[in-house]
Amino acid sequence: MSKHHIQVTINGKLHEAEVESRLLLVHFLRENLNMTGTHIGCDTTSCGACTVQLNGKPVKSCAVLAVQADGMEVKTVEGLATNGKLHPIQEGLHEKHGLQCGFCTPGMMMTTSALLQQNPHPTEDEIRHAISGNLCRCTGYMNIVKAVQYAADKMAEGG
Amino acid sequence: MIPPSFDYIAPQTLSEAVAALGQYENSKVLAGGQSLIPVMRFRLASPSVLVDINRIDGLAYINEDNGWLKIGAMTRESMLEHSALVHDKYPLLADVARVISDPIVRNMGTVGGNLANADPGNDQPATMLAYGAEIVAHGPDGERVIPIISFFLGLYESALAPNEILTEVRIPTAKPRSGGAYLKLERKVGDFATAAVATQVELDAKGNFASVGIGLTNVGLTAIKATAAEDFLKGKASTDDNIRQAAKLAADAAQPVADVRGSEDYKRSVVRTYTLRALRLAVQRAKGG
Repeated sequence: MSKHHIQVTINGKLHEAEVESRLLLVHFLRENLNMTGTHIGCDTTSCGACTVQLNGKPVKSCAVLAVQADGMEVKTVEGLATNGKLHPIQEGLHEKHGLQCGFCTPGMMMTTSALLQQNPHPTEDEIRHAISGNLCRCTGYMNIVKAVQYAADKMAEGG
Repeated sequence: MIPPSFDYIAPQTLSEAVAALGQYENSKVLAGGQSLIPVMRFRLASPSVLVDINRIDGLAYINEDNGWLKIGAMTRESMLEHSALVHDKYPLLADVARVISDPIVRNMGTVGGNLANADPGNDQPATMLAYGAEIVAHGPDGERVIPIISFFLGLYESALAPNEILTEVRIPTAKPRSGGAYLKLERKVGDFATAAVATQVELDAKGNFASVGIGLTNVGLTAIKATAAEDFLKGKASTDDNIRQAAKLAADAAQPVADVRGSEDYKRSVVRTYTLRALRLAVQRAKGG
């Protein structure tokens, strides 16, 4: 067993820790840092519930080692709202009823907020393609797509 | 599920990484980790040491050079998907980049890892068989080039020595009147293929097949190069009748086993239909359509 000293910037704040090689990023977030907004769903890289952004790109944190994130920036759902103001995608999901049980929602938001960063005006096809690695068992996706469109419009207005 | 304990090192250079693989028993290269980390969590693999090659600079690139499209081993599948060069000139590669696992996995998963893992369910092996690619590997004695046809030896078994690292895959640069396609049947996004077919063709001035590459995914212990189908088409007119014949030969080359994704007959039938469609599409693209 080997231990590693890591420095990871999470939602803009630097965290230092001694971690085992085998510690997964999702467990580092949830158990070491008590940031439980990132969910564990399938545990097998299939469902996308554990999606976080690593250096701006959505990744499944159940298939990344914490030690791999050393020196990198991680963004989680806890970092989406700024100064108490919801991110447009959070607002969109609320306005458009884009969640029911909410389990997939944090991962869904980390994927779609990254999409909007990269592509501010995605088509419906592009939205559906982007979220195809995030499973939702409640909504049928219709209202999630609407929420992303709402967020795109809102961000275009500068909101 | 937590992986068993292991040691982890992240060398900064290729030579350090190669040396580490030679030095530690039961060591394994960590590239994108999108297959390796899950199989370690399932305890299907228990390497003692992971040699993380993510911190080595210069292994992620897509560029045309000296008659080859060169793709660095650490190129993420999402880089392929968003590459204008790939989109404009390499339709088979553009197709495959959209259907490997899912978009999030593609942000980590690498082209090199997809090949080196030698999983017949992976999508790059059949693609590279269709392209007639070459693999570049680095070991203690430097670099060697392995033709793709000699690379896949068996289930999860490649021609790489334990202390070799796949550093590049390269395919011949796109020629005029060439085109390709990848068609994959999957139960859902992120699943392995029930079956998938990669095709790459080049037509001569008369519209006859000058070269044909056909690779099959997940219908055997390795990705399969459908050589009888390729040979049948070479020099022949790119007619639908000929393509249908070739599709039958490709189905004969498949060696599927029945599993949750379907029976042997069903999978062979999928190979036939998808070869037909992928060849039609490749021809259409080669003609500029």
